[in-house]
Amino acid sequence: MTHSTDNSAGSTVGAPITAQQQATRQPLLRVDDLHVDFQTYGGVVQAVRGVSFEVAAGQTLAIVGESGCGKSVTVQSLMGLIPMPPGRIHKGTATLRGHDILASKFVGGQDIRGREISMIFQDPMTSLNPTMTIGRQIAETLEVHRGYSQSQAFNRAVELLEMSKIPEAAKRAKQYPFEFSVGMLQRAMIAMAIACEPAILVADEPTTALDVTIQAQILDLLGDLQQETGMAIILITHDLGVVARMADDVMVMYAGEVVERGSVDDIFYCSGHPYTQGLRLAMPSNKRAEDGGAEQTLLAIDGSPPDLFNPPTGCAYHPRCPHAMNVCAQQAPAQYGLGSTSASNQGLSHQAACWLHHELCAAQKDQP
Amino acid sequence: MSKSANDYTTANPALVEISHLVKHFELGRGQRVHAVDDVSLSIYPNEVVGLVGESGSGKSTLGKTVVGLHDKTAGQVTFNGTQLPARYGGDDFRAMASKMQMIFQDPYSSLNPRMTVGEIVSEGLRLRQDLTPAVVQEKVAHWLRLVGLSPDHQSRYPHEFSGGQRQRIGIARALILEPEFVVCDEPISALDVSVQAQVVNLLGDLTKELGLTLLFIAHDLSMVRYISDRMAVMYLGCLVEVGTSAQVFFDPKHPYTETLIASNPEADPEHERQRPSTTIQGEIPSPINVPAGCRFANRCPKAMSHCSTQTPLLKPIAGEGDQRLVACHLYT
Repeated sequence: MTHSTDNSAGSTVGAPITAQQQATRQPLLRVDDLHVDFQTYGGVVQAVRGVSFEVAAGQTLAIVGESGCGKSVTVQSLMGLIPMPPGRIHKGTATLRGHDILASKFVGGQDIRGREISMIFQDPMTSLNPTMTIGRQIAETLEVHRGYSQSQAFNRAVELLEMSKIPEAAKRAKQYPFEFSVGMLQRAMIAMAIACEPAILVADEPTTALDVTIQAQILDLLGDLQQETGMAIILITHDLGVVARMADDVMVMYAGEVVERGSVDDIFYCSGHPYTQGLRLAMPSNKRAEDGGAEQTLLAIDGSPPDLFNPPTGCAYHPRCPHAMNVCAQQAPAQYGLGSTSASNQGLSHQAACWLHHELCAAQKDQP
Repeated sequence: MSKSANDYTTANPALVEISHLVKHFELGRGQRVHAVDDVSLSIYPNEVVGLVGESGSGKSTLGKTVVGLHDKTAGQVTFNGTQLPARYGGDDFRAMASKMQMIFQDPYSSLNPRMTVGEIVSEGLRLRQDLTPAVVQEKVAHWLRLVGLSPDHQSRYPHEFSGGQRQRIGIARALILEPEFVVCDEPISALDVSVQAQVVNLLGDLTKELGLTLLFIAHDLSMVRYISDRMAVMYLGCLVEVGTSAQVFFDPKHPYTETLIASNPEADPEHERQRPSTTIQGEIPSPINVPAGCRFANRCPKAMSHCSTQTPLLKPIAGEGDQRLVACHLYT
């Protein structure tokens, strides 16, 4: 697939997607050039600086990045969870099935939150109301969005807990959050999130607080539910193992910008941005020597993520980048289209925001 | 960095010998938390032993009990042949501070916010009456440089540093007394991926340069395998498997270790797509009412009838040397 890139634009935003691509893809959710900032006493924090992506039904998009890179703010602004002020969405659009969800969260008089897009959070302990039984909390969603009666809603809540593979669901529904373990609470959160059969489930670090064995259970559950309901999942995580396991598409964020996006194979097997490559090399791989793995040394990324009060000029990654050139400090790179490893044309096209893919650099690389 | 299995068959005297260590916390009304139950482990000079397990398995309690931050309920710990007291007094801490140290998990709460970095790092040196202030200054500057900070940072306060930098301060504080043995209690869990590698590499380099012996506690299996020479797996207060990192990670014997390693997602989509789902049901039971027999029996896919009645002991596996241990009836 060839991808034309408009280098002369000179802006930090992604190259526009051609009309033809747009027609073939039909995304469920489409976010374009989203900018979110926060007014604070210390100045303006530019948390999200031009993020564009699409999510198709039944697909999982993973948003990867370190703390403070803007991944949570991106999805929270879609859900209307950003307190304004101090927050401000000062540019960009987000459409769900063609409807602008930044302007209004109501479609046909119905709040899309909880109904069309629902969310599970990192810490289930603090995300549930400690004074309500688990069953009532799930039932409440159904009463509000579906107009179920109390008993109808409660029965449905028990079914949902069963779908989330909570043993003895009828008994558990009458219990309070403190009687649940963290893993069980996260299942209850998932049951609540899928109560109204949402089109998109946003999972913000859903397994970070959990042990690996429980993490595996929760990830399997999410995968099974996606198969059953065909919902799209936006998975926010910093764990590349979880990404490899769950994602169809991946978007790598750094300092509020998308530095690379593409299918999961593109990102893992032919990543085009030094930050993505750096993340991969900073993690130990567990290949045995006989399977072609060698005893590696971890390559740390020097320095720390930038301060978003004052993001670096040019490419935000240049102070830490081993390939940084003069141009990197001065001008932000455009999104360059890259070749894709996956044969299918579905999902995100492979793009990286890095000057190394500029034609001058690419030409130099080809020379012996 | 890993050593071969044969290095441990030679009868080197252990630096830290943990034998039948028990730590229970009384809850009143006759209830007690069995945090550590009859754990024996030898840690040899200049090796890194990784300790893994789910939360609530007693890893941190074991580490803290070994350095004396918790009193021992029963059992003993010997260091270089000397038996350590069951309950530490002020003198014991002062005597042991230059031999054993600890690096804590949370770089935010483990540094006193009202002390400057210089004060935090130099605090341990107050035990050394022979040092003049100028020497102390010099040592602090030296250690800050060693951990990758600048000596100018001495007059700053912890809040001025990022998580990775604070963890470096914690490392400098622990190592300035040049201890022989350091317990690292989840030193990288609170850090970002790119910064984790910085701290792990720093610890690895310092360990080699200074000839340190580490007990490295973490739940990130890949990272533990990477940094450790040997690995010990803990479940509900007991050790279930011990061996070299490669043995434990690539050839796990205990069904719990198998599930733990199979649950660890690999950063490789191809590998993940091919892998069958291997999740185990259930969660770690409460350490208050520990099950009889093998503590893993109720979740174990290979459980036999006698597993829930007889407690398996941690024993060498036949034909694998005397340092490859497993506590499972499948191997007896």
